[in-house]
Parts: sequence; C-alpha cells; structure tokens
Amino acid sequence: MAFLELERLTKSFGAHNAVDGLTLGVEKGEFVALLGPSGCGKTTTLQMIAGFVEPTSGAIRLGGKDLLAIKPARRGLGIVFQSYALFPHMTVAENVGFGLEMQGVAAAERRTRVGETLELVGLGAFTTRFPRQMSGGQQQRVALARALVIRPQILLLDEPLSNLDAKLREGMQIELRQIQRTVGTTTILVTHDQAEAMALSDRIVVMNQGKAEQIGPPHEAYERPATPFVANFLGKTNLVNGATVRPERISFAASGLAGTVRTRIFQGNHWLYQVDTASSLVTVIRQNTGEAMPGEGDAVHLAWEGRA
Amino acid sequence: MKAAPYLLCVPALVLFAGVVIVPLAMTVLLSFHDWGQYKGIEPVFILKNWQEVLGDSYFHEMFARTFRIAFFVTLLAALFGAPEAYILNRMRSPWRGIFLLVILGPLLISVVARTLGWALLFGGNSGLVNKALMGMGLISAPLPFMFTEIGVVVALTHVLMPYMVLAVWASLQRLDPQVENAAVALGAGPFTVLRRIVLPQVMPGILSGAVIVYALAASAFATPAIIGGRRLKVASTLAYDEFLNTLNWPLGAAVAVLLLLALIAVIWGANRLVERRYAQVFA
Repeated sequence: MAFLELERLTKSFGAHNAVDGLTLGVEKGEFVALLGPSGCGKTTTLQMIAGFVEPTSGAIRLGGKDLLAIKPARRGLGIVFQSYALFPHMTVAENVGFGLEMQGVAAAERRTRVGETLELVGLGAFTTRFPRQMSGGQQQRVALARALVIRPQILLLDEPLSNLDAKLREGMQIELRQIQRTVGTTTILVTHDQAEAMALSDRIVVMNQGKAEQIGPPHEAYERPATPFVANFLGKTNLVNGATVRPERISFAASGLAGTVRTRIFQGNHWLYQVDTASSLVTVIRQNTGEAMPGEGDAVHLAWEGRA
Repeated sequence: MKAAPYLLCVPALVLFAGVVIVPLAMTVLLSFHDWGQYKGIEPVFILKNWQEVLGDSYFHEMFARTFRIAFFVTLLAALFGAPEAYILNRMRSPWRGIFLLVILGPLLISVVARTLGWALLFGGNSGLVNKALMGMGLISAPLPFMFTEIGVVVALTHVLMPYMVLAVWASLQRLDPQVENAAVALGAGPFTVLRRIVLPQVMPGILSGAVIVYALAASAFATPAIIGGRRLKVASTLAYDEFLNTLNWPLGAAVAVLLLLALIAVIWGANRLVERRYAQVFA
C-alpha cells in the first residue's frame, strides 16, 4: 500500500468533471509531478489533498488513514503556493516560525528550527527582512522554508517556479531537487511545464481533462508515450507514415526518406529543421557539433532507428 | 517655456486661494477681534476670545464632549464596519452587490432626513428603539436617547459607517486570498487567521477609515443639532450659535479655528503612525 493514495478521486463543478476518477499511489519519499495544460484538473487535485476543495467522490488516504476526515488545519501538509502567499506583515523569521507556533513549539526550539531551515534554503542572513524587501526568488525560498520547517508528511508545490524568470527557474529546479533529496519529504508538484516536471520528479502524471493519461518515470513517458496527447505534450513529435518519431532521433543520412529543407533555425546548442517530405512536414533537431549542416533548399535524406 | 506649467496652475491656485485660504485666514483674524453686545465687532488685535475658549470650563466640557462623541463613533464604526466589510468581501454575487447597496444606500439620502428618521425612532419613552429593546427584555425602563450623547453617537455611527466599510473594503481587495489558505495549512484556526493574518493586513485600512470617520464625526453639524438639541452642544453647533444667535462672530471663529487645529493634529498624528508602523510592510 502506497504512502499517499488517491482512489477514484472526482470533483465536479456542475456537469463538468474537473477531476475525473483519478487513482494514484505515491510512495514515501517520492517526488511526483502532476503535469498538464491549464484546466486539466492538476491544481484541483492538489487543493483536494490540501483540503481547500472537497471532492465530489473518491477517497484520499495518507499512511492508511482517511485524509478527508481531517480538517485542512490538522493535515500537517506543507504547501508552497504559486503566489508564495507569504504573510506581508511578518518578517522572514516570523513567516517561517508561524507553523511551529501553531503547533505550540517552544520559542527556543522554534528559533533553532527556523534558523536551520533558512540555512537549508540559503537565507540564513535574512531573518529580519520583510517579504516586500526581497526578490521573487528569495520569497520563493521563504515560502519553501515555511512549508518545510513543520516537517510535513507531504510537500505540495503549486506551480512554485512559474513566477520566476527562465534563468532563475533553472537554478531553483536544481536546488529544489537537492533540498527534496536532503530532507526526503514526499513531494507532489503541480506544473504545466514539462521540462520542469521531467527535471524534478521520479514519476510524472500526465493529466488531460481530469484524467491521468499516463503515470510513469519521465524518461519512460517521453520514450514510450501511452497516448498521442502525452507524446505531444512532452516535447515535439513527428508523425511519419503512421509512426511517431522524436525530432532529435532523426538524422541526415546518405539514404532514407527523401526531402527538401524548408527552413533552418539556429538555436545555439542545436539546429531546428523543417523538412518537406513526400508524406509530411518533418521537424528535425540536430546537435550543433560545429560541423557543416545542410542549408535551406538542400535535398536531404532522413533516417532514424527502426527504419531502414 | 518653463513657466508654462506654473501658468497653467494659476487658475486652480487662484480658485483654491479664493475659496479656501482667504476665508480661512479671515476666520483666524476674526478670532482675534473684539466684540460687544452694543458695539458689535471691533477690528482690533486682542486675545480675549482665545483666553475665554481655552480658560472657561464650559468650553473645556464642550470640546471634551465633541471629541468623546467622535471617539466612540470611530470605535463603533471600526467594531462594526471592519467585520461588515470582511463579510461583504466573502459574499458571492448577487448578494455582495445587494448588501453593498444596503450599506452605501444611506449616503444617497440627505443627512437631515436620515437624522430625523433616527429622531422618530428614538423619540420619547414609546420610541420604536426603546419598545424593541424592552420587548426583547434587554432593558426594563426606557433609555433616554434624545438629547443625550448616546443618541448622538448611535445616529452618527450609522451616518458615517459607509466610510469605514469602504476604507476597509479597499484594503481587503488587496489581500492575496491564498494567504489565508497558507495560514490554515500551517495549522491556524479560523479565529487565529482573522486575528493574526487578516486583521494586521487591513489595519492601515481601518486606520484611514478611522481618520475619516473621526474628522467627520467631530465636525458633524446636522446630527448633533437634531439629536443633541440646543442643550447638548458640540463644537460645530456652538460655533453656529455664536455666529447666528449670539452674533459673537469672533468667539465663534475662535471655536471653529480651535476645532480645525485639533482635527489637523489628530489626522497628522494618525498618518504618522500609519506611515511609521506599516511603511516597510506595505510599500
């Protein structure tokens, strides 16, 4: 039996099922991402686990106990909100210490644990700052520290990095992963960014219209997508003669599918090609190795594994 | 070319000076003039009016009453107005719109008409309010509402409540709804969320609402004049009497100027408090 179990979880708003019979088991210490486009039900699922939204039907069990019978304030979950939702009138230390205060932890121990957690997220020197005086990335870390300091059974991350700029986001992904490994908290991440989901999680749940289209390790979902939706959502795909092929698996060869280069775009570490072939327009991604590459209008032959 | 912006400001400045600065300065000057029953106003510079206003216990009592009434009106408006705004903010449409209209409705009615309405409700021992309170068993004998401070406070609170509700409402609008959820997830009960999370964040709104309500209550005229009557004087009704009944304009001017100065001091102090206490929290 898994640590966290969602069983046939359903939430309906009128006739519309936001979450439709979702069943999922999360192991202790696992990092699972709920991935999907907006409106796929991933945030609603998170809110049902947190207790802010009541399911229409189905069950949620944590460590074998019925989580739905417990009030949101007693569930002991750490949540990082998309907007961070820091308390603007409290200092960083007060923000992080709030959960411990609610648990009745004594002031001295509170101070120690707040200090330790702020060190963990690299904000040891910022205890007396107010949220307004910090950058988005720093606020994000405060929100993470506030969720982790109560030693939650589960850490819920609701699009935690979507408000950061691209560079900062990448750095935070690596850091988030390291922190999660260090503390070992079971984590559920909600995101619409497939790169983020694949970079962070042990398993991803690709959701579409309230249902799980595929549940599995990122690599497996990418290599062997269960449905066309998963294939398309997890990066670019080509449909050639009825088979799906990833653009980076196609190479230029002496023989193979004949075509003409329509466009060629340089993207730094790789080239992005669109090649007209007899069957369809094929997208090809080639690593930039410094070699000479076919130009626009050149006749080429495409080859990939599994095709002679 | 640089003079153009200043020249463009001139019409507005002339208007402002003409209708605010000049009359105000003349009122201040007037408060230093002499007045006699038979000689009328004499344009001399004396401190008689100020000595009287600052020294006579009658004026002390009257000013104390004015600010006591304003204080309790502000307190009641905050106690009822802030929760009202919070509840209103959590209502769903169409109820939110309907109840907002109920609260703001009084602003659309003349102050005199509203106050006369209260006079009817309060009036005599068989007034509706007393009947209702006795009917509910809350009091055994009728309470005197007319011509008392309690009556003035109740009527003024009703009149000025919308200003408090609007001020708190505005600060509630800026609240991130997820912040309350964040507190709940960390183990806070509903009351703790209100006291520790919501209240401190709307405090600037309550304080700015309080400044408006306090200033309007201390300078209110119609309500104390009708509910308070001729005996229960406040600063504004006294100044009115001095000007129009006794015809002692200089003394009335001194009362009016003192009221203005006291109000400026209160508003300035409150602003300083808000700025110092909340500057770093709410940019």
